[in-house]
Amino acid sequence: MFLKISRKRWVSLERVILHSDCNSFYASVECLHRPDLRDKPVAVGGDVEARHGIILTKNQIAKKFNVKTGEAIWQAKQKCPELVIVPPDFPLYMRFSKMAHKVYLNYTDKVEPFGLDECWLDISSNAHNLKEGFEFAKKISRQIKCELGITVSIGVSYNKVFAKLGSDYKKPDAITVIKKDNFKEIVWPLPAGDLLYVGKATARKLSSIGIHTIGELANTPTNILNSLLGKWGGLLHCFANGLDTTPVCQYDNQPTVKSIGNSTTAPRDLENNEDVKIILFVLADSVARRLREQGLKAKTVCISVRDNQLYSFTRQRTLNRYTNITSEIERAGMELFRKYYNWNKSIRSIGISVTDFVSDTISVQTDLFSNELKREKKEKLDRSVDNLKNRFGSYCVQPAILLADRELSGFDPKKEHTIHPEGYF
Amino acid sequence: MCLKKYVNVTARFDENGNITPLAVIWDNDVKFEIERVLDINPAVSLKAGGAGIRYTCRICGHEKYLFLEENRWFVELKEKQYIAY
Repeated sequence: MFLKISRKRWVSLERVILHSDCNSFYASVECLHRPDLRDKPVAVGGDVEARHGIILTKNQIAKKFNVKTGEAIWQAKQKCPELVIVPPDFPLYMRFSKMAHKVYLNYTDKVEPFGLDECWLDISSNAHNLKEGFEFAKKISRQIKCELGITVSIGVSYNKVFAKLGSDYKKPDAITVIKKDNFKEIVWPLPAGDLLYVGKATARKLSSIGIHTIGELANTPTNILNSLLGKWGGLLHCFANGLDTTPVCQYDNQPTVKSIGNSTTAPRDLENNEDVKIILFVLADSVARRLREQGLKAKTVCISVRDNQLYSFTRQRTLNRYTNITSEIERAGMELFRKYYNWNKSIRSIGISVTDFVSDTISVQTDLFSNELKREKKEKLDRSVDNLKNRFGSYCVQPAILLADRELSGFDPKKEHTIHPEGYF
Repeated sequence: MCLKKYVNVTARFDENGNITPLAVIWDNDVKFEIERVLDINPAVSLKAGGAGIRYTCRICGHEKYLFLEENRWFVELKEKQYIAY
């Protein structure tokens, strides 16, 4: 669609959106810094000793051996015995991510990160059509290669969902343009699971009614999808038909925080409530500190538990009052755990998160039977401890329970690699 | 094959926040004055393995790259030079 702005000038109303995805990001950054590894199969993997031994990402050579992200290091080694495993260096990856953002910001201020290695860019103000968008994509790809030494795959389209599909379509170091007149040929034959927000569970549901491709999803009446998937049905139908109109956010627009959580895989299996209490306390302390730092209070506490057979579940409960007190969050988590876990198996990993926020300056209704004075004292004590921890490190003041098992309590979830997962909405 | 060699650098920080390297000081305290900075650009060093702000400098009549990687400086050093050094 075009808009006539003067006798001779027409401006396109079609948006030009790019989605740039750094190929094998962690592995590429590692290979850049270690030239001796460039011709070897390389994977970035967690610490096996700390039982975080999974593949986080792998380079193109390792990909040829069918090494997969998320599989255990020993499985990957079976497929490719020469595989070089390097430990992750998250501060380095964050530096490279910021450097990539800086490159994108040369072209537009509408840059919306999606994780460390992906970004949407709305370049409609500079590029008037997708052909010009393609030229910009080439420039960006070249600049990233010169300044960061890694490659990107870029999708160019008129909406965010197709731009993302475009960047996944051809890898590595490729540019794919998805236009209004060719999306049916490119997008519709792809499996439904490739579409944003179609995870394994949704793909299974869709498959159960014979929807296997994005095209089949696009041609299924909305009411059928709604009855199968609820409100997501209509949304996915829009995505599949290229009707997504979600804007690309300004770069400095910080998304509103909706939940704060920490989780960890314990260095050994947890065998009893005391073990769980130690871990939950460390995690709850980090969550409550982050709440206090951001000036928030929360009302809903959620725990996630994974046993040593890798079966996991989550449970949540709403508290009577908004809180940011460490002990209250820990107690709520522990109550949930005691109620829903029967100790058939030992526990491998555990997490706690809080949602349902209000600002901590907002007046709240107190109740007749709770001791508000005591709560206020606890809150002040927590803040004093926060100050001490900020000045002298997280281990300077600890409750005695954490000294019972240093192996379990000796981690700092607040400091150690915090990478926030991104949501599309 | 190139090696990444971190070096000591004397630099000028001006009031606008610009950084200009003035001299590279080698490990044995030998000082190499930078005659002129010819170019400043963000760039990658594929040979040595690193990325940052690349200063193209003229040192003793030769053009050399000096990289500022966060808050450390490095140069690309050929293996032969490294062995001799």
